[in-house]
Amino acid sequence: MIPYDQLAAIRLGFGLSPRRRLPQDPSELLSEIAQSTRPGDLTTDRVSAILREGQDIRQKLRAGDADAREPLQQHRRDATRTRLRAMRERFARGVDARAGFGERLAWFWADHFTVEGADVYQNLLCETFVDEAIRPHLNGRFADMMFAAETHPAMLRYLDQSRSVGPGSALAQRRPKKGFGLNENLAREMIELHSLGVGADYDQRDIEQLAELLAGLLYAPRRDRVFFPARSEPGPETVLGVEYGADGQGRLQDIRAVIRDLSAHPATGAHLARKMAVHFVADDPPEALVARLQAAFVDGGGDLGAMNRVLAEAPELADHMRAKMRQPFDYIVAGLRGIGVTGKRVRNLNGRMTRLVLTEPMALMGQPWVMAGGPDGWPEEGAAWGSPQGLAARINWSMQVPQLLLKELPDPRAFLPVALGDTASDALRWAVPKAESRVEGVGIVLASGDFNRR
Amino acid sequence: MLNRRLFLRHAALIGCSAAAHPLMTPMAFASAPGENRLVVIILRGAMDGIDAFQPYGDGNLRGLRRTLSRGPDHGALDLDGFFALHPGLSALMPLWNAGQLAFAPAVSTPYRDKRSHFDGQDMLEAGTGTDAALRDQRDGWLNRMLQVMPDMTSETAYAVGAEKMRILDGPADSLSWAPRSTLTLSPQAERLLEHVYHDDPLLHPASVQAIAIAEGLSPDLLDDANGAEHLELARFTADRLNRDTRIATFSISGWDTHAGQANTLDRSLKRLAAAIVALKDDLGRNWDTTTVMAMTEFGRTARENGSGGTDHGTGGAMLVAGGAIRGGRALGAWPGLGEGDLYDGRDLMPVRDIRAYAAWAMHQKFGIDRSRLEGAIFPGLDMGPDPRLLA
Repeated sequence: MIPYDQLAAIRLGFGLSPRRRLPQDPSELLSEIAQSTRPGDLTTDRVSAILREGQDIRQKLRAGDADAREPLQQHRRDATRTRLRAMRERFARGVDARAGFGERLAWFWADHFTVEGADVYQNLLCETFVDEAIRPHLNGRFADMMFAAETHPAMLRYLDQSRSVGPGSALAQRRPKKGFGLNENLAREMIELHSLGVGADYDQRDIEQLAELLAGLLYAPRRDRVFFPARSEPGPETVLGVEYGADGQGRLQDIRAVIRDLSAHPATGAHLARKMAVHFVADDPPEALVARLQAAFVDGGGDLGAMNRVLAEAPELADHMRAKMRQPFDYIVAGLRGIGVTGKRVRNLNGRMTRLVLTEPMALMGQPWVMAGGPDGWPEEGAAWGSPQGLAARINWSMQVPQLLLKELPDPRAFLPVALGDTASDALRWAVPKAESRVEGVGIVLASGDFNRR
Repeated sequence: MLNRRLFLRHAALIGCSAAAHPLMTPMAFASAPGENRLVVIILRGAMDGIDAFQPYGDGNLRGLRRTLSRGPDHGALDLDGFFALHPGLSALMPLWNAGQLAFAPAVSTPYRDKRSHFDGQDMLEAGTGTDAALRDQRDGWLNRMLQVMPDMTSETAYAVGAEKMRILDGPADSLSWAPRSTLTLSPQAERLLEHVYHDDPLLHPASVQAIAIAEGLSPDLLDDANGAEHLELARFTADRLNRDTRIATFSISGWDTHAGQANTLDRSLKRLAAAIVALKDDLGRNWDTTTVMAMTEFGRTARENGSGGTDHGTGGAMLVAGGAIRGGRALGAWPGLGEGDLYDGRDLMPVRDIRAYAAWAMHQKFGIDRSRLEGAIFPGLDMGPDPRLLA
């Protein structure tokens, strides 16, 4: 029988830590989430300012000002540094957490509402997306998180909403030659991925109507709003049998209303409950747990805090111990925690070390930062994370990174219970004392299936 | 954008390979399907084809390009009296003279108008048309090719490099490896890990495979590369093609030359040329049965911009090399650079779908029939007449 603190830290957090007292019961585990709801320093307002600066420099370049070339390079370097700082903060939060349930939830929901990087500005927006759209709602209402996510600049850019203009909108009427039209990308994913789920009862007509309703959403870095009525399609629109925007002119409230209804749809609770159980417990999740998560979501009117509690208290955590592969982010955070590195150390990694410890290993393990490869996010199934190259990257990380970060490596025999508590397999207990060196002994612990799974 | 979820991530789970290794049970490889080899290099960022293969015989070029693409009088190497090779590609001149280098100066995918790198690359790698039911397209075209090839083994196709290659994503087995991924373990560490992974149904086969690939690498494989990624990619690719691999793909980036193109493009072209030369050198006799296709998501504007660069365009160039090709010539028509010739008044007009060349190569070298190429592999493609690309 694995003690609750170890069970919860391994399954719902980033594993054990020699520096932190693990949460001892579900209440302590849940109380940790509050810290993860706090945003970081970087805001979308700041990113907009950076973007405007870049636009101004490029404007000068286009006007033939060759002196603007150097400022443009400096601008790019600064923006990239800002982005790496925000990325390191994500790792550091997990490293410093008591167990890290809140950070795991932030990752889960950010992946549910996947946005991807592209240019340097989109990369920055992907960071503010987590802080602004996801974190504040980790214990809150799903509808609020969904509204924040769908209207965030990172999402508006990623799913092409900024390109969508109502064909009957004032803008399209005024400039008929521009070929303005709808883009259904966001509308489709809102229903198919973010709420009801792909198997649910909706059709193309619902998506088209939702796309009309969404027209008007736009990220404009020089404006302080995201809804522009001149681009919106005159209503009303009917989505899943409900009529919105009856009074003609498009409004942001109508979008809030449709998101509220999508959130409350029975299919949404079922979809989210299963997805959460798959992510936190098992690729093929126990139906009883799915049912309890769904009930918590429905009974609480979309209360995510109630779902968090179901997970924290779930007996299935023990039944499916190590049923999941740690994704590369979880794995690296767990490794850093395990060897006793501090969050401060992670925050202060220089560019080269950031590459060696975080970004290159993440890419080689198959999880390049904010590049999930599609709006459906990272794969859950273990096989996706157990490719030969992915495993080689994990073994290399295990053997090489600890000595980059620590002056002196721990005795592997002492490190084994620090990293895995009472949960190490017999095979690993047998192997670790036989290692030839500290490097390899510590490496074998971190490379083991025990440590790669949760 | 294209819908990116459509590319199912594929982590190839494979059985043991036959590396001679004390801890592994040797297994025989299935025979590799034939001797023909195909390498697809994706040039990420949109290569300026007009600068790579400069149409100096087109009287309109001078008016469009003040400082770029100035032909043989400014260092480019004359190819055929009309086109000249950018000096950055000069290392490929011997191949041209030997009939082992060709290019299609004005091709494109069906992607139009939005000119987004990411969407353009997605479409290039998906191999789909705009009218296809894109949402049903779950894999890249090299993977769909594997799905219809007989005698496949998991070694047949390789995505080389850390960069994700959607072109090979899909249900057919393939391998991926970044040349820099080394796995240097002491014999003792290897033995201990073998013990630790032994009962893990996922990690045990993966570790065996990883160790086999890493140990199968010639120790000096990357020595001459001096850390240059493009050379590492090429040398590793050649190493695999000299064994059981027949299809390989990797990417080279650095083509988005909005400013200072005279320097930036030169660097990237030199890297591309060096990678192709390294492939040729390392493949030895196998070069004779190899076709290399270097493709980019779209071309760049016909007109040079105000910062000595070019912006996102439409028609672009594809480079083809290899001992298996009928080279020393430009492939397909030249659309011209006159005012009325340009696409949208600004871009080179594509005269042929880039997928047609890939389809013909697959038809002739791997015996895949036309109906499958135009249906399953490149849905909606009309292959058109045989460009007689291959020897």
